Amino acid sequence: MTERKLTFSGAVNEALHQAMQQDRNVICYGLGVDDPKGVFGTTLGLKEKFGPKRVFDMPTSENAMTGIAIGASLNGIRPVMTHQRLDFFLLAMDQLVNNAAKWRYMFGGKRSIPITIRLILGRGWGQGPTHSQNLQAWFAHIPGLKVVMPTTAADAKGLLLSSIFDPDPVVFLEHRWLHNLIGDVPQGDARVPFGKAQLLNKGNDVTIVSFSYMTIEALHTMELLKKNGVNCDLIDLRTICPLDWESVFTSVKKTGRLLVLDTSNETCSVAGEIVARVSMELFGALKSAPVRMALPDFPSPTSPALSKAFYQGAEDIVKAVAGMLGKKISIDDLKKQHTSPHDVPGDWFKGPF
Amino acid sequence: MIIIGLYHKTMAQKQKISHELLRRMKHIRLVEETIAERYSEGKMRCPTHLCTGQEAVSAAVGLALRPDDFAVSSHRAHGHYLGKGGDVNAMMAEIYGKATGCSAGKGGSMHLIDESVGFMGSTAIVGGTVPVGVGLGLSIQLHGTTQVSCVFLGDGAVEEGVFFESMNFAVLRKLPVLFICENNFYSVYSPLSVRQPKGRAIYKMVEAMGCPAEKGDGNDVEAVYKKVLKTAGQIRRGKGPYFLEFDTYRWREHCGPNFDNDLGYRTNQEYLKWKKRDPILLFEKKSLGRKDVSRQDIAKMETDIKQAVDMAFAFAENSPFPSVDELGKDVYTK
Repeated sequence: MTERKLTFSGAVNEALHQAMQQDRNVICYGLGVDDPKGVFGTTLGLKEKFGPKRVFDMPTSENAMTGIAIGASLNGIRPVMTHQRLDFFLLAMDQLVNNAAKWRYMFGGKRSIPITIRLILGRGWGQGPTHSQNLQAWFAHIPGLKVVMPTTAADAKGLLLSSIFDPDPVVFLEHRWLHNLIGDVPQGDARVPFGKAQLLNKGNDVTIVSFSYMTIEALHTMELLKKNGVNCDLIDLRTICPLDWESVFTSVKKTGRLLVLDTSNETCSVAGEIVARVSMELFGALKSAPVRMALPDFPSPTSPALSKAFYQGAEDIVKAVAGMLGKKISIDDLKKQHTSPHDVPGDWFKGPF
Repeated sequence: MIIIGLYHKTMAQKQKISHELLRRMKHIRLVEETIAERYSEGKMRCPTHLCTGQEAVSAAVGLALRPDDFAVSSHRAHGHYLGKGGDVNAMMAEIYGKATGCSAGKGGSMHLIDESVGFMGSTAIVGGTVPVGVGLGLSIQLHGTTQVSCVFLGDGAVEEGVFFESMNFAVLRKLPVLFICENNFYSVYSPLSVRQPKGRAIYKMVEAMGCPAEKGDGNDVEAVYKKVLKTAGQIRRGKGPYFLEFDTYRWREHCGPNFDNDLGYRTNQEYLKWKKRDPILLFEKKSLGRKDVSRQDIAKMETDIKQAVDMAFAFAENSPFPSVDELGKDVYTK
């Protein structure tokens, strides 16, 4: 399939267009999906093309609108809901957890709930306590939900297509700092299967397991680490549930060292689960204690003076890898490369959210 | 057959409807009372919320709706399921935790489903299926069919935020949703007086939200039937949602097989007052008086029902339990 360059948000937009084109039962709704900004560009053009019956703005009623998606899906509709921040969606945990996640099981397999819920994750720019929670662990803890966290533009498209046409409820987590990331994106129905991680760098020294935005931070370190004689396997998980344990185990068996990156608070995190599982299953293969790099257990602070110490990035990853190997690696080069302030993804981001 | 209204029907049709309303109520009553009688055997190992005393609404709504109309319900759903025509064997097997249950033993009394008659599911969280029913309404509108989506709810559910959100959307989009609110005055042991302000009329509040609403006697099965038939017809013609509130009364405890008037949260006097207004006795008397049914008809009906209920319990008891292999199945489709 031919590829061309698209932004991550452009890739999301293309997936939505293709899904709605392919199946007239796909509908798309959420606060602001048809406004001039189109949810950071991801829903632009949908209403014009597919009409107001299938693409619509909604009342500020996250819980009911989730239940409505469930009900519609019982009669053949495939709803895609969008929320501009994950935090707004917390009001809908009842419908997601008690209904969507359980429906198939509690009715003995009579019916699946094919709904997709797009939630956008914030970071930096003073988003603070209630605009930047990364609660993938909450969703992954609930049997019956699938949890998707793409990093690249191609995966944004491929995984969203797979989500929409998946028979089960999918929570699709889009990191706001990835929206302007540009990458090669295949044309056509280029679905990416769930539960198949992508190996973005090969090496024998340390296994780095990552997902979503933290994978970008990790990619920035690969060259510097290589210069210092350190080669890492960088595994981008793509989906948290199902999780590609086979790829993780295969790599750790080879390297004997595990660093897991997470975009959320550390206690009861996805990273913690991966560390636990690897420690239990591959204890004998480990050369050093596994490391979990996640956020400290505080709410996200607003002031840039505080968020600088709260978030982690490429420089911290280099320090962690060096520490595991008992090496000293200078991070001066990385510091030089990092020209934009710590609380924005790049020069393109001027706020407000 | 398109049913237009009671007054346009022939005598034979009217009699058939009376017969069927009576039969459905008696069927629900006997199932509930048999559960109560046998619950202490310890074989029905799940919470059960019986609807003895509230059969009229279930029977009338079930008969007035078409089999392809959708219905969803809450924790006290046996009557709604059976009234809509749900398979009694599968329901009893479900309550007994058997593999042949409507939810393969994974749902129990509070999670009933029979999609073959449009009963799309009942769940145990108060208000939890209200938006699901509205979503079914949205799907009907998108597909352009003439079905109705019926949401059974109680007086407690209208206190949930999700009720207001769902009602708002149903009105906004003129969705084909029929809300049937059975007001039995208690949420577990909490009376309306501690839950809603004095003088609140639920249907008036709903009307103020823009949804046409009426209140009726939930123990008068024929009145409920006529109201539902009429409003369902309006909904099919694209008039948008409708809300019907019916006062009624559960005879037994909130959850379980016993009577609980000794607890003191309601009086025995109140219970006896409602028992006197037993929807089955009221309608039986009326039907006999009008000669819609004869005593022999009723005797035959009761024998048939007894046989069906006995068979359902036997089916449930004799069915196999699910194998342990089923434990992890159906979490995901693939």
